[in-house]
Amino acid sequence: MPINESDIEKIAQLAHLEITREELLVFAPQIAEIVSYVEQLNEVDTSGVEPALGGLTPEGERTHSTREDVVTPSLGQQVALAEAPDPAFGYFRVPKVL
Amino acid sequence: MTNQVLDIAELHERILNGESNARSLVDAALNAAEELNPSLNAFLEIDRKGSQQRADQIDEAKESGALAGIPIAIKDNLCVRGLQTSCGSRILGDYHAPYDATVIERLLKAGAVIIGKTNCDEFAMGSSNENSAFGPVKNPWDLARVPGGSSGGSAAAVAAGIVPVALGSDTGGSVRQPASLCGVVGLKPTYGRNSRYGLVAFASSLDQVGVFGRRVRDVATVLGVIAGRDTHDATTADVPVPDYAAALSGDVKGLRIGFARALFGEGLDPEVRTAVMGALEIYREMGAELVEIELPNTKYAIAVYYIIATAEASSNLARFDGVRYGFRAEEADELRSMYRRTRDEGFGPEVKRRIMLGTYVLSAGYYDAYYRKAQQVRTLLREDFRRAFESCDAIITPTSPTPAFLIGEKTDDPLAMYLNDIYTVTANLVGVPGMNVPCGLSSNRLPIGFQLLGPYWSEPVLFWLGDAYERARPFTERPPIHA
Repeated sequence: MPINESDIEKIAQLAHLEITREELLVFAPQIAEIVSYVEQLNEVDTSGVEPALGGLTPEGERTHSTREDVVTPSLGQQVALAEAPDPAFGYFRVPKVL
Repeated sequence: MTNQVLDIAELHERILNGESNARSLVDAALNAAEELNPSLNAFLEIDRKGSQQRADQIDEAKESGALAGIPIAIKDNLCVRGLQTSCGSRILGDYHAPYDATVIERLLKAGAVIIGKTNCDEFAMGSSNENSAFGPVKNPWDLARVPGGSSGGSAAAVAAGIVPVALGSDTGGSVRQPASLCGVVGLKPTYGRNSRYGLVAFASSLDQVGVFGRRVRDVATVLGVIAGRDTHDATTADVPVPDYAAALSGDVKGLRIGFARALFGEGLDPEVRTAVMGALEIYREMGAELVEIELPNTKYAIAVYYIIATAEASSNLARFDGVRYGFRAEEADELRSMYRRTRDEGFGPEVKRRIMLGTYVLSAGYYDAYYRKAQQVRTLLREDFRRAFESCDAIITPTSPTPAFLIGEKTDDPLAMYLNDIYTVTANLVGVPGMNVPCGLSSNRLPIGFQLLGPYWSEPVLFWLGDAYERARPFTERPPIHA
C-alpha cells in the first residue's frame, strides 16, 4: 500500500513536526519513493535469522560497563541551565501544558 | 617552509629541535583558514584567540605530547568546551558546549590545538554538505562541486592544506566519502574503538568518530591518541590500543586482499573503476595476493541503512524540543505547539524527511515489516563479511561511485543522493573499520579514492596497506585552492 499524504500528516504529528501544505506536497512523493525502495528487502529470505541488536562487536559485547556507584562531579545547575532558551528560578520554563 | 607539506612526525621533530614552534604552526593554520574560508565555507567558527593562547602555553611549557602544537579542525557536531556546536543546524541556536567530548579531551591532553569547528550536513545527514543550514562547503578542487558529506568541512580543510588532520564523524560514509571526493585519507574505525561521548548522536549503533589526514601515518597517530575505552560511553570496547604508527613497514608481501567483482559493475564511473582496479594491480606487484570474494547481501545495504539510520535518528533527535538548549520558536502559547513550531523552524528539509521516515518505520503495525526485517538483513551482512574475512585480510572497493558532483546536481532527488553511499554504509552496519586512500585524479582533475575494509579491530592492517600504497604511489597533487 503506497504511502500517501494523510499518512505523512499523521507521521508528522507523531514526530512533533509542523509541516506546511507545500512541504507535504514535496515530502509525500519523496518518502513514498524511498519506502518503495527499501521494500526490496522483502525479497530476502530472513526466516530463522536473528535480528542484529545494535552495533556492538563481539569484543564490545564482552566489555563490562558497570562501575562503582560513587558520586562524581557533574555540570551543576547553573551550567546546565546556561544554554536553555528560557530558564527561570533554577528550572527550565515552558509554555502552559494544558 | 610551512606546515602544509610535512607530516605530524616531521612537524613534531621540528618543534622538539627548536626549528619551529606551536605558535607559528597555529598562526599559519589560522591565516590559511581565514584567507580560504570565504571561498570554501569549510569553517563555521575559527578560534583565533583561544588557539593562539593554547599554542603559547604549549611553547612555554615545552609540551612534548604526540600532537604538541599540531593544529586540528573539528566537525561541528563534536563538543569542544566554550566553542559553538551547531551540527550545521539552526535548531541548536547559539549553543556553546559546556564540556569536552572524550576524543577532544584526549587530543588536548596530547597537545593538539583546535583552530575551529567545521561545516557539515545538518546533524551529519547528507552526502554533499548541501544540507548545512549555513550554506554548502565547496570542494577545493573545483568550487562548483560538492566536497562530499557529511564531514565536508573537515575534508576540505585538510585537502586545502589548512590543517594536517581533522576529526569528523561517520554514520554511513561521512568521513570516507568526503575524503575520497577531496583527495585525502579518511578513516572510520571499528564500532566501539572511539568514544561517542560528546558527539551529537545521529544513529547510535552506526556513529563513530573518524579521522582525516593528508597521510595514512598521521591518521594512525591521531587514532592512537583518541581511541580506547571510555566509561562515559558503554559501547566502547575493552580492546588494547596498539602503537598504530610504529607498525608501518611498507611491506605487504603475503597479505591477502579481497575484491568482489559485483561491486565493480553497474553504476560505477569508468574512471573510478580503472583507478581502483589499478590500485589492486599495484598491491599485486608489491607482493599481496588478490582473492576474489562474494558479498551477496551488499546490494541491500542502502535499504537496510535508511531504515535503521532513520529509525535511530527519529528517536535521537526527539531531544531537540526547545526546552533545555538551543533555539525555541516564539509566539507559541502552549507546549505542544511550541515543540512543533520549534522543530519546524529549526530543522531543515532532509532532517525532517529522515525523522518522518524513521517515525514511519517504527510506527505501530510497520515495525516488523521494516525495522525488524532490516535488522535481520543486517545480520546477513555481518555473516557475509565474517565469511569473506576467512579468505582475506582486507577488502578493496571504490569509496564513492563517482568523483565529486556539481552543487545542486542531486538536491531534488533524495534517493539518488542516498545511492552515493553504496560502498560505505556496509562498514557501519557491520561495524568493521574502513579507510579511504587517494589513488589518482579523473580526466577533469577530481580526486578518486579506494576503500580498504578489514575485520573488527584491524586498523593496523588498514594503516599498513594504506601506507604501503602511499609509498608506492604517493598522492602529491594539490588542489587549486590551497594554502
